[in-house]
Amino acid sequence: MASLNVLIVVCLLYVALLFAVAFIAERAALMGQGGWLRSPLVYTLSLSIYCTAWTFYGAVGYAARSGLEYLTIYLGPTLVMVGWWWGLRKLVRIGRTQRITSVADLISSRYGKSNTLAVFVTALAVIGTTPYIALQLQSVTLSFASFANADPSSSVPSDSRSTALWVAVGLALFTILFGTRNLDANERHHGVVMAIAVEAVVKLFALLAVGIFVVWGVGGGIGETLDRIDASEIGHWQMNGGRWAGLTMLSAAAFLTLPRMFQVLVVENEDEDHLRTASWAFPTYLMLMSLFVVPIAVVGLEVLPAGSNPDQFVLTVPLSQGQDKLAMLSFLGGFSSATSMVIVAAIALSTMVSNHVVMPIWLRLTGGGAAMAGDVRNVVLVARRVSIAVILVLGYLYYRVSGGGTALAAIGLISFAAVAQFLPALMGGIFWRGATRVGALMGLSAGFVIWCYSLLLPSFGEGILISEALMAQGPWGIAWLRPQALFGITGMDPLVHAVMWSLLLNSTAFILGSLSSFPHPLERLQGAQFVNVFEHSGNPQSWSGGVAQSEDLMIMAQRLMGPAQAQSLFQAEAARQGLGGYLPEPTPEFLQRLERELSGSVGAATAHAMVSQIMGAATVSVEDLLAVADETAQMMEYSSQLEAKSAELTRTAGQLREANEKLTQLSVQKDAFLSQISHELRTPMTSIRAFSEILRDARGLSAQELNKYASIIHDEALRLTRLLDDLLDLSVLESGQVSLNMRDGVLSGVIDHAVAAAGVEGSGLTIRRDRASEEIALHTDLDRLAQVFINLIANAQKYCDAPVPVLNIEVARRGNDLVVDFIDNGGGIPSQSQALVFEKFSRVSDGQVAGAGLGLAICREIMMRLGGTITYLPGQGGAAFRLSLSAREALVAQ
Amino acid sequence: MSKAANALFLERRSYRQRRLMDALRLLPLLGAVLWAVPLLWGQPDAASGAPEGAAVSGGVPTSRAMLYVFGVWSILAVLALFLSLRLDRSVDKTDAPGGN
Repeated sequence: MASLNVLIVVCLLYVALLFAVAFIAERAALMGQGGWLRSPLVYTLSLSIYCTAWTFYGAVGYAARSGLEYLTIYLGPTLVMVGWWWGLRKLVRIGRTQRITSVADLISSRYGKSNTLAVFVTALAVIGTTPYIALQLQSVTLSFASFANADPSSSVPSDSRSTALWVAVGLALFTILFGTRNLDANERHHGVVMAIAVEAVVKLFALLAVGIFVVWGVGGGIGETLDRIDASEIGHWQMNGGRWAGLTMLSAAAFLTLPRMFQVLVVENEDEDHLRTASWAFPTYLMLMSLFVVPIAVVGLEVLPAGSNPDQFVLTVPLSQGQDKLAMLSFLGGFSSATSMVIVAAIALSTMVSNHVVMPIWLRLTGGGAAMAGDVRNVVLVARRVSIAVILVLGYLYYRVSGGGTALAAIGLISFAAVAQFLPALMGGIFWRGATRVGALMGLSAGFVIWCYSLLLPSFGEGILISEALMAQGPWGIAWLRPQALFGITGMDPLVHAVMWSLLLNSTAFILGSLSSFPHPLERLQGAQFVNVFEHSGNPQSWSGGVAQSEDLMIMAQRLMGPAQAQSLFQAEAARQGLGGYLPEPTPEFLQRLERELSGSVGAATAHAMVSQIMGAATVSVEDLLAVADETAQMMEYSSQLEAKSAELTRTAGQLREANEKLTQLSVQKDAFLSQISHELRTPMTSIRAFSEILRDARGLSAQELNKYASIIHDEALRLTRLLDDLLDLSVLESGQVSLNMRDGVLSGVIDHAVAAAGVEGSGLTIRRDRASEEIALHTDLDRLAQVFINLIANAQKYCDAPVPVLNIEVARRGNDLVVDFIDNGGGIPSQSQALVFEKFSRVSDGQVAGAGLGLAICREIMMRLGGTITYLPGQGGAAFRLSLSAREALVAQ
Repeated sequence: MSKAANALFLERRSYRQRRLMDALRLLPLLGAVLWAVPLLWGQPDAASGAPEGAAVSGGVPTSRAMLYVFGVWSILAVLALFLSLRLDRSVDKTDAPGGN
C-alpha cells in the first residue's frame, strides 16, 4: 500500500520541481533568451488550465452519474477554439493594442474606462471564482483522503480540513512568489506560464496512463471495453436535450469569460499567430483529456463497491488494482490540475482587485497629489499580494461552509454560470458599436441577480440560505417568482433554467439599456476602437493641456514603471520629437502612449485617472469625434495630410530662416573684411608710397637714412606679400588643387618646429607640453601640420590677454583619433563668435592687433585636406582649439 | 487606413485566401451542427425513473455515441490544422494595417 508519507514527499518534490521550472523560466525571460518560452506549444498548454481538478476527477464522476453529458463541458471550448477567426482573434488583438490586463479591464475600457463597471465585474468574478477555488481545495483534500483510506497505517484523519488549509497556504505562497514578483509592463508571467505548461503535460500524461491501464489492463482491450460500456448503467444514450445544448453553450461562454481563461488566452498571449496552433492543438488536448473518462467510470462502477465516490475513480481504480505507482501519478495529475487553476485564477483576480478596487480607493484617499507621493509600484504589489491571500482565504472559507458535500461538477457549473454573465457585455462590446455603459451595467446586474437567486442560493441546499417555503411557493407566495421556476415555467432542469433566464434577461437589459441611453464621447471613441480594431489601431482620444508638466508625468511614470523603463520611454519619445534629454513635450500622442503603457501596470481606468490628475481632464475634441464617424474618415485623412504638410512647411521655413541668418552674418562679416583688407593693403601701400616719394624727391639724405627708408619699404612690401600669400594659399586650399607632401615624422618634432618658427622665445608666452605623450609617429604632410600649429601658437601669442600667458599643448589618443588640444589661459572667444572663428576674414578682437582673419580659415582647410578636423572647444577656461587627425591616415603603424 | 478603393475582383491567390477565411468562419458552425445531431437520437424505451441497473433497450448505445462524438472531434481538429496551415500568415497583417 502506498504510504501517505511517501505521497506527501512526492507531492513536495513535485512542488519543488514546479518552483525550479518557474524560476528558470523567469531567469531565462529576464536574460532575454526565453525564445522557447514564447512558442505556440507553451501557449496551447497554458490554455489547459481550463481542465482543472474538476475535469480530472469530476469528469469521471460526472460520467458515472449522467453518461456522456460531461462532454458538453469540452465541446463548447472546442467550438470557440476552432472558431478563433470569429471572436478570439479580435479579443487578442484588442487585448494587445489596448494593453488589457483582465476581463474587468477590457469591459471597463470598452465602456469609456468606467471604473464602476470594472468594480462590478471584479466583484462578480470574485464571487464566481470563489466556489471554483473551493472546489480545487476539496478535490485535493478528497484525493488525500482516498489515499489515507487505502493506507491502514495512516495516522492522518481522512476528513482533514487541515489538508485544505495547508494546500491553500502553499498555493498562496507560490502565486505570490511568481505572480507578483514584478509589475510587468504587459502583465505577463513567464515563470507561471511555464509551470502551468509543465502541469498540463503532467495531467494529460496521468489521465492517459490511467485510461490505458483501465482499457488494456482491466477492461481487456478496446472491443471488450466498449462492450462493457454498453452493458453498464450508462450504456445508453440518455440525454436531456436542453442540458446537452445549454451546457455546451454555457461552457463556450465560460471559456471566453472565466478570469483565468482570459488571463492565459488574451493577457499572456505573446503572439496572435499562436492562436493558429492552439486552434487545432487545444481541441486535440481536450479530446485526449476526455477520451478515457467513460471507460474509467464504467470500470470504476464495476470493480469498486457500490457507494464509492465516483469523483475519485481516477485514483481509487488503480489503488484497488494494486497499482500504487499509477495511483501516485494520477494523484500528481489531479494535484497539477488543481494547483495550476488556483494559481492563474488568483493572479487574474488579484490583478483585477488591485487595479480596479484598491488603486482607485488609494488614489482618492491620497488626494490630488496621489500620482506623485509614495511608491505606487509598492502599493500595487502589496495590494496584489494581499488580494491573492484574501482570495484563497475566501476559497477556503467557502469550502468549510459548503462542507464539501456537493458533487464537484455542480459547483463548477455554478461558477461557469456566474462568469457567463460577462458574455453579453463582452461580445456586445467588441461587435456592436451601439453598446453603452448603462446597458452593460443593467445587463450585468440583471444577470447577476437572477444567478444569485435561482442558482447560487438554492445550491447551498433547501432551508439553509433560502427557506423551503420560498423554494416551493415563491417569495410572499408569488408562485411565478419561485427561484427554480421563474415566470411559472416548471419542469426545467434547475441549471438550464437559471442559465437561460439569467443570460436572456442579461442580454435583454443590455440591449434595451444600450438602445435607450446615450454614450459619453469617450465611450463612443473606445467603442469605435474596439469594434473596428482591425481597421485602425490608433487611439484618437486626445489630452489637452501641455504646459511643462512633463516632469510630473515622468515622476509618476517612474513610480509606476520603474525608473529605468520610464526614463527610456521618455528619452525615446524626446528623441522622436527631435529634442535632447529626457523631457518630451506632452503632446497628445505622447500622453496616449504613456497612458497605454501605464495601463499595462495598473489597468486602463486607473491609468486614465492618474494621467488626468496631472494633465487635468481629458478632452475629446471635435476632430476626435469626426474620426469616429466612418463617413468622415476621408475628410479626416485629408485634413491630417494637410496638417502633416503644414508641419513640414513650418520645419522648412525654420531651416530657411536659419540659413538666412547665417548668410546675413556672413555678408556683414565680408563687408567688415573688405574694409579691413583695404585698410590692411592700404597701410603698407601708403608707407611704401610715402617713403619712395621721400627717396625720389628729397635730396641730401644720409646713407643711414637711405638705408632706413629702404628697409621700411622692404618690410612693408614683405607684409603685403605675406597677406597676398595667405589669400593665395587659402584659395588654393579651397579649390582643392593643393598637393600634399606626405612624409614620416614624429609629432614632437613638428611641435618643436612650430614653437621655434612662431618665435615664442622672448615673447612672454609660456608653453607647457608633455613630451612623453608626443612621441607619436605620423605619416602626413608635416609642413602643413606645422603651419597649423604655428598659426595656433601665434594666435595665442597675439590674443591671449592673461598677465602671464600660458599655452597648454595636450596630446591624447581617442579611439582611432589623434587629438591635439591647444588651450590658453586667456579670456577665450565669446560664445556668439565661436561659430564664426573659422570663417574667412573673421576677426574676434576689434583690430587692436593686426591680422586679416585668415589664419584659422587656412587651418581649417589644411586640416580638412589632411583628413582631420579643427574645432573650438568651449568651456576650458580660455581659448581652446582641438585638432583631431584620423589615425588610419595619419598614424604610422607602430 | 484601408485602401481607398477595394478591387472588385481579386487575383487567384487572394481569392483562395478569402475562401479559406470563409471556411474558417464556418468551421464552428459545422461542429455545432454535427454535435447537435445526438439531440435527434431516440431515447431508450425505459422510463427515466427506471430502477438502477434495469436493462434499458432501444436507443443508441453509449459506445456508438462515443465513437460519433469523438469522430466529429477528430475531424474538427484535423480541419482546423489543415486550415491554419493553408491560411497565409500575412493575411492577418494586411487585414489590419498599423497593428501595433
